[in-house]
Amino acid sequence: MSGPARDIEQLANTPSPWLDGTGPRADLVVSTRVRLARNLTQVPFTHRARDEQLQGVLASVTGAAARTPSFGDGWLIRMDAIPAVDRQVLVERHLVSHELSDGARPRALLVGPRETLALMINEEDHLRLQGMSSGFALHDAYALADAADRELEQSLEFAFSDELGYLTACPTNTGTGMRASVLVHLPALVLLQEIQKVLKGITQVGLNVRGLYGEHSDVMGNLFQVSNQTTLGRSEQESIDSLERVTRQVLDAEEGARERLMRDARVQIEDKVWRAYGLLRHCRTVSSQEVINLCSAVRLGVSLGFAGLPRIGVINDLLVLTQPAHLQRSQGGELTPAERNVVRARLVRGRLSAAEDAPDSTS
Amino acid sequence: MLCQICGKNPATVHFTEIHDNKMSEIHVCDRCAEEKGLQTPGAKPKFDIADLIAGMVDTMTNTEEERVGRVQCPRCGLVYSSFKETGRLGCSECYQAFQFQLRPLLRRIHGDTRHKGRVPERDGEGVSLSRQLQRMHDELQRAVEREEFERAAELRDRIRRVESEVAEARLEGGS
Repeated sequence: MSGPARDIEQLANTPSPWLDGTGPRADLVVSTRVRLARNLTQVPFTHRARDEQLQGVLASVTGAAARTPSFGDGWLIRMDAIPAVDRQVLVERHLVSHELSDGARPRALLVGPRETLALMINEEDHLRLQGMSSGFALHDAYALADAADRELEQSLEFAFSDELGYLTACPTNTGTGMRASVLVHLPALVLLQEIQKVLKGITQVGLNVRGLYGEHSDVMGNLFQVSNQTTLGRSEQESIDSLERVTRQVLDAEEGARERLMRDARVQIEDKVWRAYGLLRHCRTVSSQEVINLCSAVRLGVSLGFAGLPRIGVINDLLVLTQPAHLQRSQGGELTPAERNVVRARLVRGRLSAAEDAPDSTS
Repeated sequence: MLCQICGKNPATVHFTEIHDNKMSEIHVCDRCAEEKGLQTPGAKPKFDIADLIAGMVDTMTNTEEERVGRVQCPRCGLVYSSFKETGRLGCSECYQAFQFQLRPLLRRIHGDTRHKGRVPERDGEGVSLSRQLQRMHDELQRAVEREEFERAAELRDRIRRVESEVAEARLEGGS
């Protein structure tokens, strides 16, 4: 497949285009993703297929993709042809799942020209197509995935039944095969301890929400992923509309909580934000988890309009580039966790200092 | 606190999931979290579906469960009991082979058993007719199970009529 020469090392030094901090409500919504699951009708699902059959799937899918406008200029990465640290870089960038990254079977990733479109081949389903957008942009992310899906189906026959829709390895995806998700930042609801109430409300309307918790049950980065739960009995559009509606309500609740915080505890919030910024700006050793949590506080400050903080895009870049495999790949070697913490601190200080020097990089 | 999966290492990742309005907390060690894909927001825990299926068969008697477990997909050879363990079907044909077991499961997962989303464009205009046919076949099967033979005969005749329409449409389309 033709296209610009790219390699994993270059990728490990480059921020994700779909995390550039642009797009609607980017201060509250980190990113939007829409995934479509598809299978070829003639081959058993990935976990039941022999390696030769999966090779066949790989060949048909990449052949079909090469003829599409969406992937014509794409980058094909075979998982069994790259080392574990490179596979981990792709996992950290959310381009591939853990399942795809095991490297043992004929699996591959096809990345669209702008990294906003990715196709995992021979994951749980033969095809997992993902469209990604910065900010709150469900329709954009769906349009990306849908266009590629329509192009691919011109030459691939997907397993489909009139009654049940697209047939997938796991019945939780049967129907549209679509999982749309929005990664939201809800620090004020967490601080005011209203988050559980809001999350419960989300699940009452058939959506799913997940938070990531670190040690001692501290919420990591106050980040939550809201997604549709069901794929049967509702069209793609209905699922997206309902996810959009509910996410808007969640964002309204977060904004209400922020107003109350600023009214009742302005000094404490300012202190929290600026202390976090000071730590990031001057640290000499820092863990991945600490970066995520400090970035959460700084992001809140940017979103509240505090002058002198970096743009959201700068914060998003830190979240991507400071992850363990990214650090090791960009430094060109294996590092112990302690060495990583030192390198990570240097990278964070460097990028924040550069943002301070470039006037258009600060809010 | 020890990891709830391996029970050996200390739990370092505390994961909360809210599903069907019930909040469940999972406390696991780094290794199990990675193995189960719990550490990336994009990955989904793999035991979800198996738990759900396990919950459903509780209502069956042992002999019923054994019988259902032996149902096999003619194309890929997967038996229903192994789907119950892994939560994954073997091929697209499994949906037909296990249709009676899957229907209540799909209803429980999605609250519905009918696809309302996009259909592949390649199927073109044939879709609505073949969808009608599929529905009638389903209905026929149910009528036979309930021993409503008059109704079944009526459905069989209607299916034949629609099938000949489909065949004619294909011939016209091909000319």
